[in-house]
Amino acid sequence: MPEMSPQTPAATPVTSPAGTGADPAADGDLLLDVRHLVQEFVVRDYGGAKGGVLQAVSDVSFELRAGETLGIVGETGSGKSTLARSVIQAPPPKQGAVIFQGQDLVGLPPRAMKPVRRDLQMVFQDPFTSLDPKWTVSRIVREPLNAYGLGSGRERRDRVNSLLELVGLDPAGYGRRHPRELSGGQAQRVAIARALVLEPKLILCDEPVSSLDVLVQAQVLNLLEKLRSELGLSYLFIAHDLALVKQVSDRVAVMYLGKLCEIGPVRDIYRQPLHPYTLALLTSIPSADPPAGKRDARTVIRGELPSPLDPPSGCRFRTRCPRAQERCATEAPRLRALGADGHLVACHFPLSDAPGTPDGSPASAGATAQDAPAAVRR
Amino acid sequence: MTGPLGQRVRRRAAPSPAAPSAERDEPAHPGSGPGGTPLLEVSDLRVRFRSRGSVVNAVQGISFTIEPGQTLAIIGESGSGKTVSAYAMMGLLPRTAQVSGSIRFKGVEIVELGERALQDHRGRNVAMVFQNPERSLNPTMQIGAQITEAVRRHLPLGRQQAADRAVELLRMVRIPAPERRCHEYPHQLSGGMRQRVVIAIALACEPQLLIADEATTALDVTTQAQIMDLLLDLQQELGTALLMISHDLALAASYAEEVLVMYAGRVVERASARDLFDRVRMPYTRALIDAVPRADLEPHVLLPVIGGRPPDLSTVTPGCSFAPRCPDAQQDCRQQAPPLEEHEIGHWWACWHPCGSEAPGDA
Repeated sequence: MPEMSPQTPAATPVTSPAGTGADPAADGDLLLDVRHLVQEFVVRDYGGAKGGVLQAVSDVSFELRAGETLGIVGETGSGKSTLARSVIQAPPPKQGAVIFQGQDLVGLPPRAMKPVRRDLQMVFQDPFTSLDPKWTVSRIVREPLNAYGLGSGRERRDRVNSLLELVGLDPAGYGRRHPRELSGGQAQRVAIARALVLEPKLILCDEPVSSLDVLVQAQVLNLLEKLRSELGLSYLFIAHDLALVKQVSDRVAVMYLGKLCEIGPVRDIYRQPLHPYTLALLTSIPSADPPAGKRDARTVIRGELPSPLDPPSGCRFRTRCPRAQERCATEAPRLRALGADGHLVACHFPLSDAPGTPDGSPASAGATAQDAPAAVRR
Repeated sequence: MTGPLGQRVRRRAAPSPAAPSAERDEPAHPGSGPGGTPLLEVSDLRVRFRSRGSVVNAVQGISFTIEPGQTLAIIGESGSGKTVSAYAMMGLLPRTAQVSGSIRFKGVEIVELGERALQDHRGRNVAMVFQNPERSLNPTMQIGAQITEAVRRHLPLGRQQAADRAVELLRMVRIPAPERRCHEYPHQLSGGMRQRVVIAIALACEPQLLIADEATTALDVTTQAQIMDLLLDLQQELGTALLMISHDLALAASYAEEVLVMYAGRVVERASARDLFDRVRMPYTRALIDAVPRADLEPHVLLPVIGGRPPDLSTVTPGCSFAPRCPDAQQDCRQQAPPLEEHEIGHWWACWHPCGSEAPGDA
C-alpha cells in the first residue's frame, strides 16, 4: 500500500480521544477548538477591481468535545457553511486557529492535511452533487480507502459492505448501482457511508437532511444518531431548522451574519433563549399544534439579512431587532456567560436579565446587562 | 402567471369556452362565488404518464372542492401526486399526460380546454407560485417588466398604467422602495424578495385561486414565516382562495383551514387542521406527524419512523397502497383498497383500521 500507513493517525501530539461513544456528556476530551476564526472573501467589481470584503465569518470561537454534537443554526448567509468549510481548511480561514486533536490546522501544508482529513469528514446537503454520477456505490464508498491505501482489496471490499450494511443499504443490491438509481435518502446514506469509511472522529454535516422528505429525513436522522452512539462520533451539525438541530445536538450555536449570537446547552437554548434572534428563530418554526402555531403567537422578525459586504455597526442584528437601542449601534456586544452553565450570549439587552439561575450568571467581558429593559418574553 | 417566459401570445381573450370573462368583474371580494357553488371542483381526477412502455399512475382518482376564499393544503411526500394535481388545475401538464375526471373552475371544465383558453384561465382564474423563485423569474428581465408582461397579457392596460400597477403590486407584497426595485434584476434580490416578486406576478391579475406549490420550501424559517404571513394577509385583502402544496405538515396545519393528505396518488385523509392533529386516523398521517423533529422533544430521542418507500406507481396492486409500510396493516388491507369516506363530520379517511382506540371499528 502507498505511503500513508494506516496506523499513524495523523501527527497528533496531544490528546487522542478514545471516542468512547454513548456518553456525549460534558467531559469528553477536547476534540475541536476553534478560536477567533475569521473568513473573508474579496469581492471583485467589473475589471477585477476590489469591490469589497465579504465578511463571511467574523471572530467565531467554540469548542467541541469528543462524542459531542454541536448544532449550528442560522439563516442562509449567516456563514454557517463557510464556518464548516473553514474548519476543514477548504479554503483555510483568513485568521484564527482551528485546533483539531491538539493540532492547529490553519497554515498546514496540503500534504499535512491529508492525514488530518482521515479524522475529519464531511457530509453535504445534496448527495447527488457530492457523489460522482459515473461511479458505482461501492466504488464511491471504497475510494477513501484507496486514497489512504488502507487494507487489502478484500479487506476494502468487506469494509465497504459492512458500511453499506451499517447505513441500511443492502450491499448486494445497491453496491453496483449508480447515484442516479438511488432515491435522495439512499444517496445520502451512501454519502454518510463514505464519510464513515475511514472511521473519522468528527463529521461535519452541512444540512444533511434538508433535501429529504419528512419520513426519509427521520430515517437519516435516526441513522446519524445511532452511528453517534455506537461509534462515538462527534458531529458539527449545520441546519437552518432549530427543531431538527435540537433533536441531534448536545449544544447549539446560533449564527447571524457571520457572528455567534448565542451558544449553549441545547435544553437551555430552547427553554430560555437569551438572544432576540434565537427567540425569533424559535417562534418561526411552524408548530405541529395548530392553535399554538397560529400567527399571533409568533414574533416574526421583519426585514432582510443585511449585506455581509457592509454589515451594520455594533450588533449585526440590530437592524431587525425589536429590542435594539442606541448602544447596539455603537458597541458590538461580546459573547458573555449568562444564565446556566456554559450558556453564552452576545447581546446588550438579552431576553432574560434575571435568568432562572441568578447565581450562575457571571457577567463577563465587561458588559453588565443590568440596564436592559425588563424582558417581556413573548 | 405560469412562467412569464412562456406567454408570447398577445391575442385578446378569444371568445372561446372560457367563461371567466363573464365573471371577472367582482374579483376582489370574498365569497364572490354564487352561494353554494365551489370555486374549484375536482372530481375523480386521474393523471397517467406513459413512458417507455410503462404507465405511471401519478394521480389515481382524487376529489375535493375549494370554496372562494378558503385555504386548503395538500401535503404528501415527493411523488405523491400533489404537484401533478396542481399542474392539472392550471392546465400545465405536458401533452404526454393522460388526464381523466373533471376539474371545474366555477362550473367550467378545465380538462377539456384548448391551449388558447387555458392561457386565459391561467393568471386570471388560477395563478401559481412555484418552489424555486430563481427558476420562475427571467434572469435577463427587470422585475417590473416581468410583472407588466403578466398584467398586460390579461388586462387592457396601457404601458404606463401597467408600470404603475407593477409598482403597486410590489408595494402590496411589501417590497421596500418599489419604484426603484422595478428596475432591478432578479439576481439583485434575496430569495425571499424574489419569492415576493413571484407572488406579485401571480396576483397581478387578481386570480381567484392561488396555488402555492412548496412556495416557502427553499426559504429560511424566518423568511418562510414572513412569506406565509404575506400570503395570508393578501388572501384576506383580496379574497383569494389559497391552495398550499407542501411536504411540511406542521406548516400546512399552522396556516391552512383544511388539510388533504396524499399518498401514492390518492387522498388518504382529509380533515380540518385541528382534527388532523387531535384525532389523526390514517396511520400514514400519523407517521408523518411523528417523523417531524419538534422543538419540544428532548435531544437525542430517536424519531418513530416507518421503513420502506412509497410504492412504484407504475404497478397497480390491489389493496391499500400504504399497507406494505403500515404498522397496523392486516389481511384485508392487502386485498381491497379502502375508499375515502367521511367517517366523522368533516373528517375523511381511507383506512380499514384507523388509529385512535376509540375509533369505531371499520366498515
